[in-house]
Amino acid sequence: MADSLNERSPRSLLECMMLIRAFEEKNAELQAAGKAPGTCTSVGQEASAVGVVRALEARDLILTNHRSAGHLLARGADPGRMMAEIAGKRTGYCKGKSGTLHISASDLGVILTSTIVGGSLSLATGVGLSLSMQGGGAIVACFFGDGAACEGIFHESLNLAAVWKLPVLYVCENNQWQAFVHRRETMLTDRLSTRAQAYGMEGQSVDGNDVEAVFGAASRAIARIRETSQPFLLETYTYRLRGHFEPDDQSYVDPVELATWKAKDPIQTARTRLLEQRAVTEGDVDAMQARVQQRIDQAVAFAVDSPYPSAEEVATDVYA
Amino acid sequence: MPTINVSQAIGEALAEEMRRDSRVVMFGEGVATKRRDLVQEFGDQRIRNTPLAEGIIAGTAAGAAATGLRPVIDLLFAPFICFSMEELINSAGKLRYISGGQFSFPLVTIAMTGCGWTVGAQHNHNNEAWFVHSPGIKVVMPSTAADFKGLLKAAIRDDNPVMFFIDMPLSYAVGEVPAGDHVTPIGEAAIRREGTDVTLVSYAKMVHTCIAAAETLGAAGISAEVLDLRSLKPFDEAAVLASVRKTGRVVVVHEASRTCGVGAEIAATVADKAFDALKGRVLRVTGPDAPAPSSYALEQAFIPQAGRIVEAARSLVGR
Repeated sequence: MADSLNERSPRSLLECMMLIRAFEEKNAELQAAGKAPGTCTSVGQEASAVGVVRALEARDLILTNHRSAGHLLARGADPGRMMAEIAGKRTGYCKGKSGTLHISASDLGVILTSTIVGGSLSLATGVGLSLSMQGGGAIVACFFGDGAACEGIFHESLNLAAVWKLPVLYVCENNQWQAFVHRRETMLTDRLSTRAQAYGMEGQSVDGNDVEAVFGAASRAIARIRETSQPFLLETYTYRLRGHFEPDDQSYVDPVELATWKAKDPIQTARTRLLEQRAVTEGDVDAMQARVQQRIDQAVAFAVDSPYPSAEEVATDVYA
Repeated sequence: MPTINVSQAIGEALAEEMRRDSRVVMFGEGVATKRRDLVQEFGDQRIRNTPLAEGIIAGTAAGAAATGLRPVIDLLFAPFICFSMEELINSAGKLRYISGGQFSFPLVTIAMTGCGWTVGAQHNHNNEAWFVHSPGIKVVMPSTAADFKGLLKAAIRDDNPVMFFIDMPLSYAVGEVPAGDHVTPIGEAAIRREGTDVTLVSYAKMVHTCIAAAETLGAAGISAEVLDLRSLKPFDEAAVLASVRKTGRVVVVHEASRTCGVGAEIAATVADKAFDALKGRVLRVTGPDAPAPSSYALEQAFIPQAGRIVEAARSLVGR
């Protein structure tokens, strides 16, 4: 299967990014047609998700947030069950109790997804503590945005992880937007990875729109964590090409800035590079697109055909 | 039966549970400093000091609980939990439900509260009702040394987040505590004194005030039953209703502020499910809707005193 966990070839990374893009654009399209709830997309950030997630091993865990589609799909999640969850259907990953904002898939190691900005940061240390005490060498990758890096819990989490030597890969997906506020209004830090030094850990910033660069940087960071038992702060510098959620007309976005980043679209970048390297042909890319489209069509059909939870389930799963 | 104080009872519960289950860990502000005996026996991996950062203490506990550990955290004073609300309410309390049951959060949060030490409103806030009102969380607040041990052991074994509140002036109260594996089930009330004319429902330090009130009432020929809730969520509805059906009268007593306090839920439940048995109004004797004061004189004015409880009970009985 093209998006299986151990697929790390450049063409596999490209196809995975295409799947994420198609999945999120389909959700946006369904929302616009009044057929599905709004989602928080990660359009434009696909390279960050795929590059990091594919650098992990099966034993490693992932904490994500409301922009989770890329992390889940890169990990091998079923687009049908994700779409069913977004639609609030019984067959979704969380039995329809999450909706789009906090999808966990513990069988894939995508756990404790929280939509609270900074939520993943507060949980990462605990997951890291469990992994550290189990001693199996697994790590946890904690995805958050530049918005979460403004929360107090960012400081608390990185500080404690460094002091306790926890195996956490902090991944700040710096998409320049914090809901409806541009990053330049909220921080003077130009590269967030520079904050790592203050906590006594290593940090690096990488072009978050170059999937191979992200994959390489993440692989090196993960190796350092396993080798040193110290956390690592990786910043993927990228851009949120769509709004905070669907629908969002982005009237507040500088069109010049948006155009600049659209020109650096991670999928176009990877595709152009692979075509130039003759690693793929136009025909290969067309075949990929056809496969992706088929999977998305199947996912939509699955979600549409799935039942809603029964009213009796409204107060189940509250206590263990 | 050995007589020990509450602090020792808590220490026994922690040591026994850590011995029984290697997944039990404890961390918080100064726990390794204060509990050297536990560090000595279980090592510095399982008993840890933390930075003064309540948010990450609670978040770490939630993350660890969901991935195989059974953390006990000490947040010191209940008002400090305000820094941990995100982690306790939004993560530990909700992520099981949100995920469709994929995770459980066996974690215990210990915090002190209650008037008596004149520490004022930022170290003393009976905020237990906040957690009673929050889904996915259990709340206990013991009154005797035996229950401090028994309920802490039950809380550590529970697969859900449990708030364990220590009424501060009880910290060194002594009592008989069964040696060995003494577990007080969460959700079970205890009748501390039997009676037939009026039921005094309370918890924590106020149980002892209710017992004193019941003795005064007894001298006046009024037989008061004292019911100790012990667990606030879930609370022992059957025990409350059974007692009220027996006596026909009820006074609910707590130190926490009145509005939307635990007493409001008890009163509403009695009105809803034992209305036919009631011979009078359902009364509450509580602290005021004000921050806890630090002046000794004001603290004493804040705390429901036995005299107010006696007065309330007599007004119901009519003599």
